[in-house]
Amino acid sequence: MSAHLTEIIVFVTLFLGVSGMGFVAARWRRPHSLASLDEWGLGGRSFGSWITWFLIGGDLYTAYTFVAVPALLWGAGATGFFAMPYTVITYPLVFLVLIRLWSVSHVHGFVTPADFVRARFGSPTLALLVAITGIVATMPYIALQLVGIEAVLKSMGVSGHLPIVIAFAILAAYTYQSGLRAPALIAFVKDSLIYIVILAAVIVIPWKLGGWGTIFDAAEAKFAATPAPGDGTLLNANNQVQYVTLALGSALALFLYPHSVTGVLASRNRDVIKRNMSALPLYSLLLGLIALLGYMAIAAGVKPITTAGKPDNNTIVPQLFDQVFPDWFTGVAYAAIGIGALVPAAIMSIAAANLFTRNIYREYVKPDASDADEARVSKITSLLVKIGAVLFIVFLDTGFSIDLQLIGGVIILQTFPAVALGLYTRWFHRSGLIAGWIAGMSTGVLLLYNIGNPATGKLHFAGSAFPLANLGLDTKVTVYAGLLALAVNLLVAALGTIIVRAAGVAEGDDATRPDHYVADESDPRIKDLDLTP
Amino acid sequence: MSTPEKDRGDRSPWNWLLIVPIILPLLPFLYNANDPRLFGFPRFYWLQLAFIAVGVACTTIVYRMTKRRR
Repeated sequence: MSAHLTEIIVFVTLFLGVSGMGFVAARWRRPHSLASLDEWGLGGRSFGSWITWFLIGGDLYTAYTFVAVPALLWGAGATGFFAMPYTVITYPLVFLVLIRLWSVSHVHGFVTPADFVRARFGSPTLALLVAITGIVATMPYIALQLVGIEAVLKSMGVSGHLPIVIAFAILAAYTYQSGLRAPALIAFVKDSLIYIVILAAVIVIPWKLGGWGTIFDAAEAKFAATPAPGDGTLLNANNQVQYVTLALGSALALFLYPHSVTGVLASRNRDVIKRNMSALPLYSLLLGLIALLGYMAIAAGVKPITTAGKPDNNTIVPQLFDQVFPDWFTGVAYAAIGIGALVPAAIMSIAAANLFTRNIYREYVKPDASDADEARVSKITSLLVKIGAVLFIVFLDTGFSIDLQLIGGVIILQTFPAVALGLYTRWFHRSGLIAGWIAGMSTGVLLLYNIGNPATGKLHFAGSAFPLANLGLDTKVTVYAGLLALAVNLLVAALGTIIVRAAGVAEGDDATRPDHYVADESDPRIKDLDLTP
Repeated sequence: MSTPEKDRGDRSPWNWLLIVPIILPLLPFLYNANDPRLFGFPRFYWLQLAFIAVGVACTTIVYRMTKRRR
């Protein structure tokens, strides 16, 4: 304990300081009242370029990313670097697609992607499916943020679940009070700390280890010495397809996640989003450098912390910091990761709560819910979501959360036809989309269930790389299961659309018009128009 | 309801430029090699990091070129 005293003091001080900011955030940019989802759940839809940059950056690049991606490179090498192509592809896609969602949401007052689907296809059922998919995919993602905190706590010699429960209780309290303003304000601190830590790391560590060349050589030597066929500092003939399909699939999935949509909808206008698509890649550069911390750990001979005979690879980065930095700075670095978990966890729980409120509560329980009702239900749901995430970690194996997060990425992708394609075309029939969703979901889960890893003795859900050999093809090539499932989804949706249309099944009403998809800040909202006789 | 203005929309030939940063990272034959190294980084790493700059350049150009005149 005493060996880490300085680290613990710095960590706790920064953590409490930031929590204080979370509570004060309710008064930041003084809203008239927080009693509506627009204010509590979307920060008044008023965030400018800077706030949006910190908010979305803090939202997408999570604590789990910061510990898990370097751990992947440490363990397997090049395949873990897929986070690079993935985050490069994402921004142009957002630029083209989500910007239309922003406009149509501005006009209609949508808060969630399911709101859009309901209005576009006139189908509460399809909206319900999209909402449930979003909630189910988000829950384990929140739980994984705790894994990030846990890795840091372990490195400080703190064990047990109590500190995590306390951290999440504080988080829950200020999210309840301040809504999206809390993570927006905290993101400033979190990201500043992360940038300082990583800049220091990529300058100091290579200098101490003898340069980047030495680091890559050490990694190459490590992978050459292992018997595993899939590792190495480069890809091989069998995992290239997996690498690019995983990058593409993850990029498509990323902007379907409710928490990214929340971040985008909170911005003030289209220009803010477009400017951010040019500025957010700075985080990708940061992520690329963070990923390489995995190789630095190899070169520095860092060993993961072992609990109960099982090495925890996620402790690689905290252990590396502990080894090379002075204690006080290690404390800052740990705080950066710990606080880094709070920002996305807050946004994710808000996003999940909004889905529940808008697409389940208002749709099926209380159709005449007022703005204040909605805000109240969302606040309570956000608490429940966080309690659920803590229970996940406390009562289930961490590995289970990772499995679920893996499944989450695959299933959120199944909302692509309704949400992303729906922003461009109304060609699909709602019944076809529902059929496609069912087909894509079943295929995705079935594929993941059948992915095993002989090396670890895990028979099911051992990864997302589906071997084409399982389909009877004579090859060792693997493909990202999520994209295969999406292909099935699209095929069924298209065939279903043709069949039900030929059978003359009623189309749902489309409440949107083409000009709604390009509307901007100054354009009228439907709600405002309703109020003026 | 407001009447839509005719010249509004988000279609522009400039948008095609965004295809470049979407496709480049999906072509492993471009970057899956060790040589040449740059500052000690194998090509696999420095080239994929360089794609970030390509992405930034393309989104910035498209943003500037499609900006609405006020």
